[in-house]
Amino acid sequence: MLYIPGNNPAMLQQGSVYGADGVLLDLEDAVALNQKDSARILVSHMLEYISYEGCEVTVRVNHIDTPFGLEDLKQIVPLQPDAIRLPKVETLDEIKRIIDVIEQIEDEHQLPHDKMNVHVMIETALGVQNVYDIAKYSPRIDAISIGGQDLAADMQLVKANDGIGIDYARKQIVMAAKACKIDVFDTVFVDVENEEGLREDAEYIKKLGFTGKAIINPRQIEIVNEVFTPTEKEIRKAVKIVKAFERNTKEGIGVFAVDGKMVDAPVVQRAMRVLEMADIEMADL
Amino acid sequence: MIKAKVVKNILQRDIPEKLEGIGELEPFAGAFTKLKKGWMEEETVPPPNKAKMPHSDKTCSDLKEAILRTNPKDGMTVSFHHHLRGGDSLLVQSIQILAELGIKDITLASSSLTSAHDPILPYLKDGTITQIYSSGIRGELGKAIAEGVMPKPAVIHSHGGRVRSVHTGRIKIDLAVIAASASDEEGNCTGSHGKSAFGSMGYASIDAWYAKQVIVVTDHIVDYPCVPRSISQNYVDYVVKVDSIGDPSKIAGGTTRITKAPMDLQIARLAANVIEHSGELKEDFSFQVGAGGASLAVAKYLRKIMRRREIKGSFILGGVTSYGVDMLNEGLFRSIFDVQSFDAAVSTSLMDNPYHIEIPAGLYANPFNCGCMTNKLDIVVLGALEIDTDFNVNVITGSEGYVRGASGGHCDTASGANLTVVVCPSFRGRIPIVKDKVHTIVTPGESIDVLVTERGICVNPKRPELRENLIKAGIAVKDIKELATEVEKITGKAKPIENTDRIVGVVEYRDGSIIDVIRQVKD
Repeated sequence: MLYIPGNNPAMLQQGSVYGADGVLLDLEDAVALNQKDSARILVSHMLEYISYEGCEVTVRVNHIDTPFGLEDLKQIVPLQPDAIRLPKVETLDEIKRIIDVIEQIEDEHQLPHDKMNVHVMIETALGVQNVYDIAKYSPRIDAISIGGQDLAADMQLVKANDGIGIDYARKQIVMAAKACKIDVFDTVFVDVENEEGLREDAEYIKKLGFTGKAIINPRQIEIVNEVFTPTEKEIRKAVKIVKAFERNTKEGIGVFAVDGKMVDAPVVQRAMRVLEMADIEMADL
Repeated sequence: MIKAKVVKNILQRDIPEKLEGIGELEPFAGAFTKLKKGWMEEETVPPPNKAKMPHSDKTCSDLKEAILRTNPKDGMTVSFHHHLRGGDSLLVQSIQILAELGIKDITLASSSLTSAHDPILPYLKDGTITQIYSSGIRGELGKAIAEGVMPKPAVIHSHGGRVRSVHTGRIKIDLAVIAASASDEEGNCTGSHGKSAFGSMGYASIDAWYAKQVIVVTDHIVDYPCVPRSISQNYVDYVVKVDSIGDPSKIAGGTTRITKAPMDLQIARLAANVIEHSGELKEDFSFQVGAGGASLAVAKYLRKIMRRREIKGSFILGGVTSYGVDMLNEGLFRSIFDVQSFDAAVSTSLMDNPYHIEIPAGLYANPFNCGCMTNKLDIVVLGALEIDTDFNVNVITGSEGYVRGASGGHCDTASGANLTVVVCPSFRGRIPIVKDKVHTIVTPGESIDVLVTERGICVNPKRPELRENLIKAGIAVKDIKELATEVEKITGKAKPIENTDRIVGVVEYRDGSIIDVIRQVKD
């Protein structure tokens, strides 16, 4: 998911062409305080006039308790992007309050409550502690993400780039997302020149269970996509497992072997996930 | 003055039958119409026969003395090469000397002109230079030409077309001033070593051969003989040692790096994917790519594909970058044919690697011989300032109508390659690049196979099998008219450039016919 500063018309215009799965039009941290109004106006116009064909469009608003948050919601919610991202959510009461405001705005515009999804960002230690309660609050919360830079600041970490300090939080947030069966996105990798570092980071968080990663430069898309896209070898193995599963199921066999390794239901489930990520339909096999 | 009759060429551009300062013009009739006859109809002129007394001294104390010894006169044609890139100071120095000597009505025939040549602008206005032949014109000169400062129209030719023009005598070079990074006192010279090494001297060879007088200028005299040499002593009249042939940071500076601009990288990635699935990427393929932005970045992605698929290419052609040298050294290609080196890092390879072969412009791209290298190209990746819905490409005039680009080898390589890929953004700033009609045609659409932009890949309808190959590989192909409409929705319709009727430039196709004209921009 590619972050695009909400006050940069050229980048907003071109956001969908780089091959990211989603674009995140940012009204929050990427926009200077004296640019908040113009960014809000610009993003509103972009949502109306620019086609982000093939890309999920999310808008990150300012926190509701800032002088800009409520106005952001009033402007953006009626435009119903695919999702709205709420930063620095810390408690259950807070998420309840914000979603109430969103739904009030939707009611005023006679909009349904089930079209626009809500992404919640966890960026403080308190948020990490409450993440499961927050994530399960509403069915319209379909993803949570970790904001590594703010979390590191909240934890008073001096050195945060190696990810050690936020490791626990990452794992806690992944677990909460998995428990709620929703997506979970990792934080940005700020050193855009360090391609190897980005690759290592993406590989690590993929192993932790993250669904994807936020990026701040289109040059990072290729590497993150490479890491998260199943390799040909993984796809071939998954196809073999799923085919063997279908064959054995017909014969009433639940546990079987493929290439000398035991395959049971969880292994089949993982293979199916690989095919899903590779956009391969079961019927095509 | 009687107005010449105007005819439409095959691309429906108005071409006068005759133009003062140039003579009769032949309208473009198709990329291969003249070639398929198998020979050139126009007569060729012989190179000059020159003589020197035994043991005569060719060395001159300075450039002025050398120019004086060539007996300069009004109406002369002076030629230069552009291998010194943006660092060239020799052209400006030479024109200044000729102006000081009171020489008027000069035809300047430089293989290309860049913004480094801006200082000659006053000489275009005072009658010192009255006509220009070049493959490219940029900076203040391009602006001034479009504004109509010169009495005679500029002639834009391709690199291959320039050689043809010298052979036919359309360009009759009286004096060639040839910069070299090393020379001996007899004029055996090279660009591949010395403190100002710039690589290949491919464009200068035809000048050395055909010019009535040849001056070699170097900042590095070596003991006889200069080895290796690009130009041989039998062509050279005079040799001058100067302190500097230009700005070394711009001549010998650095290594070409792959762009980091996300848009260029994205277009390059898409283009490499197109090449991979085009059916042309196979063992022993040959390849040419430009040095700028998205074009060079295609090489980066192609390199990955070649490694993955274990494909080895035959040769890299053309303007050569250090990136191409890296691919040669890695064994991804067997050889490089180098007419022009884009960065100084190439010089070492040219010196040390026998498979890095310097070639003259005629061998590179002259359409009228039996073995120009562009005819052997499999894949070329080219840029564009504009491209229209018939795939015609403009690489010479910008959005304001000023001359600000270069024909270079664009139409030469496009006509020869099996797969010509044009890479460009669909719009720049708020200016559409993909549009109904380009301002000036340099390369005809019939030579372009596929356009790759960030918003869509368009295949020329003349290549249905290519379209099919791409679709089979899951690559989305868009109709170019749809893409133009989509772009126009974003940018709005650009107002046409306002011109007067006066023709300030003609664009020659490589075969010598006129593909388009450039008209004076209105104030």
